[in-house]
Amino acid sequence: MTEKNLIRAYGDRRDDGIIQISFTLPVAASEKAKEAAQLYCQKLGLTDVKVAAAERAADQYTFFIVYARSPVIIDYNEIDTPEISIKKLGFYELNDLIEERLARKVVVFGACTGTDTHTVGIDAILNMKGFAGDYGLERYPWFDAYNLGSQVPNAELIRRAKEKNADAILVSQVVTQRDVHKENSRQFIDEAKAAGIVGKTTLLLGGPRVDHKLALELGFDAGFGPGTKPSDVANFVVHQVLQRHGKEAKGTHFQGEPT
Amino acid sequence: MSGLFVTDEQIAEARQLASDITDPIFDLISKNTTISVERTVLRWFGVDGVGNLGAPLVNLMCDRLKEAGVLNKGAAYWYGRALRMGATSPLDAVERLTAAPLEMLQPLPPEEEKKLRDEVRAEARAVVSEFKGRVEQRNELKREFPMAPAPHKYVIVATGNIFDDVDQARAAAQAGADVIAVIRSTAQSLLDYVPQGATTEGYGGTYATQENFRIMREALDDESRKLKRYIELTNYSSGLCMTEIAFMAAWERLDMLLNDSMYGILFRDINMRRTFIDQYFSRRICAMAGIIINTGEDNYITTADAYDAAHTVIASQFINECFARRAGLQDWQLGIGHSYEIDPHMPETLLLELSQAMLVRRCFPNAPLKYMPPTKHKETDIFFSHAYDVMADLVAVWTRQGIQLLGMMTEAMHTPLLADRYVALKAASYVHRAARGIDEEFTVREDGKIANRARFVFGKALELLRECKGDGMVAAIGRGRFGDVKRAETGGKGLDGVIEKAPDYFNPFLEIMEAST
Repeated sequence: MTEKNLIRAYGDRRDDGIIQISFTLPVAASEKAKEAAQLYCQKLGLTDVKVAAAERAADQYTFFIVYARSPVIIDYNEIDTPEISIKKLGFYELNDLIEERLARKVVVFGACTGTDTHTVGIDAILNMKGFAGDYGLERYPWFDAYNLGSQVPNAELIRRAKEKNADAILVSQVVTQRDVHKENSRQFIDEAKAAGIVGKTTLLLGGPRVDHKLALELGFDAGFGPGTKPSDVANFVVHQVLQRHGKEAKGTHFQGEPT
Repeated sequence: MSGLFVTDEQIAEARQLASDITDPIFDLISKNTTISVERTVLRWFGVDGVGNLGAPLVNLMCDRLKEAGVLNKGAAYWYGRALRMGATSPLDAVERLTAAPLEMLQPLPPEEEKKLRDEVRAEARAVVSEFKGRVEQRNELKREFPMAPAPHKYVIVATGNIFDDVDQARAAAQAGADVIAVIRSTAQSLLDYVPQGATTEGYGGTYATQENFRIMREALDDESRKLKRYIELTNYSSGLCMTEIAFMAAWERLDMLLNDSMYGILFRDINMRRTFIDQYFSRRICAMAGIIINTGEDNYITTADAYDAAHTVIASQFINECFARRAGLQDWQLGIGHSYEIDPHMPETLLLELSQAMLVRRCFPNAPLKYMPPTKHKETDIFFSHAYDVMADLVAVWTRQGIQLLGMMTEAMHTPLLADRYVALKAASYVHRAARGIDEEFTVREDGKIANRARFVFGKALELLRECKGDGMVAAIGRGRFGDVKRAETGGKGLDGVIEKAPDYFNPFLEIMEAST
């Protein structure tokens, strides 16, 4: 038993439990609306509710910004995340690692599949330029990255990737209306199973509404959400490839891996 | 005017180059029509509705004409033939034509042919006159309830359900929006038909249909009267049906349309010839309807880098302007597009963005311009995101943008919540109010970073235009000069819908529209 490390939200002193939330109620702005916001927050379990702003967002909608105390306490030591034993590698280190341990290029295919037309996510990860000063996979000399763009049928992406013996396939999903991203991602996994690449090729899902848990549930090997840098994906793929080829112990954890 | 940066002669040279570049394309445009142009002609005549299997009647009829190899005479001609066969209504005309052995039909005696055309022309004139009456209704409402001063604050609704869109649009107008865009369902641009009726299901947006246009414009007319401030409505005239959408939008009195001469080619992989021909006809309609078009150069710098590709935006703007003017659009109708997209991690980006926006203003002094917010480098820290958008608000008012699409703090997260729009509108109203006229107070030094950057970008734009003139537009697009996207002349979707006109091709609407400018 490790000892407990109890924590609460931090406003300006330890354990004050202060949080800030904002939300809209579908009523006209009025004193009564403000009371409704109070009551709403109390029902969320908050105390010392201060409705800082009650703004008329439209005739029949009021937008609230609220500060309040939350009684919630969590034990930080209860949270189970894997131990990190390997540091995240930079651009040059990672290229060196591939050259040294694998001695061939890592082949990666990516596309925004289904009806989704948004290439912004897949471009940020794959294009030379990359994202926020972090180079895209095309820039890595030891990666062979193919960006097929948007509106690529799942089966087409898999077929093209198989032709080149891809080590990893990146599926980007931006549009999330009515969970179309989940539906399309499930269909991708069905196609991948039919093609016999599940468990052989590393399958990654990315997008603004994607997280690692969702990706695992859908049958992917990992999921990457907002703020992901190309180097995060590059590191993950390299470790996966090394592990699949027995060149690194299975289940080795590394810095920046998706959780 | 913030600064001159470049000489009038240099700007005139860019304009002349754009004109030379587009010349050969007008040859293509005048010699060919497309299946979507012909469907639009039938829509003008009131052919509406769908057949048994839900396919629009205009598609059924044009597909039949194309299959029979006779669409090159123009759908209007065959419409006239159907009338001569005794058709009493547009639907009856479609039925008669789809049933007729079109391959076997011989031309009528010359006298009859002339009569047919005269009759159809007379009907076209009557339709156009009714149409102009509808446009006048809008102009009247605009005179009665003038718009707020520019930059006009433009926000997007995208629920997928037109009735929910109406609620969101009214709320946005009440919060200060001047322009409402209803974003289209994902991939509608690749449909070679326009869906029918009011729609309540869409992915990533709401289908553009004539009925949806009518519903939304009616709601905004009502809201304009309540707010005593005219609220504009915009949609997307792009993709395989750009001409039909332009017609429907014009008929339903929309105020603005996204309409670009190259966007479909580059970003939707629609065939080049198809796009060039369709953009011309759709712009002719916009010109007559008094619709403001929004060009799509902002898209180039979501695929290519905004700093490195700044000159491609300027070059493309001159080309878009040239295509637009040749289609009869006036300068006040040119919402020439650009955006605030330089990587915010770089130093001096406010100076760079000001430079670019000032340069666009300098090149197109009489166009309203359409300014787009940051999207590519948005992260999910909404507080930073909000501050980032506010800088775009400042640049927009400083450079007198006519139309400003407001950034949303939850960009890169989800389609905007009602409150996200409210927050953006409140901040933009503040910045516009606070800084209006700032350009007249500060003169930008001609030897400084802003001016030097503008001159550098303009110089590279001229080089690119010279290259396009030397090698042709087609080659330039083939080399990925715009948006880093490469396309071939015979690649992409929709080429099979391009049809060479017969010597006796007939299109009375094109005649009317081309005669009016």
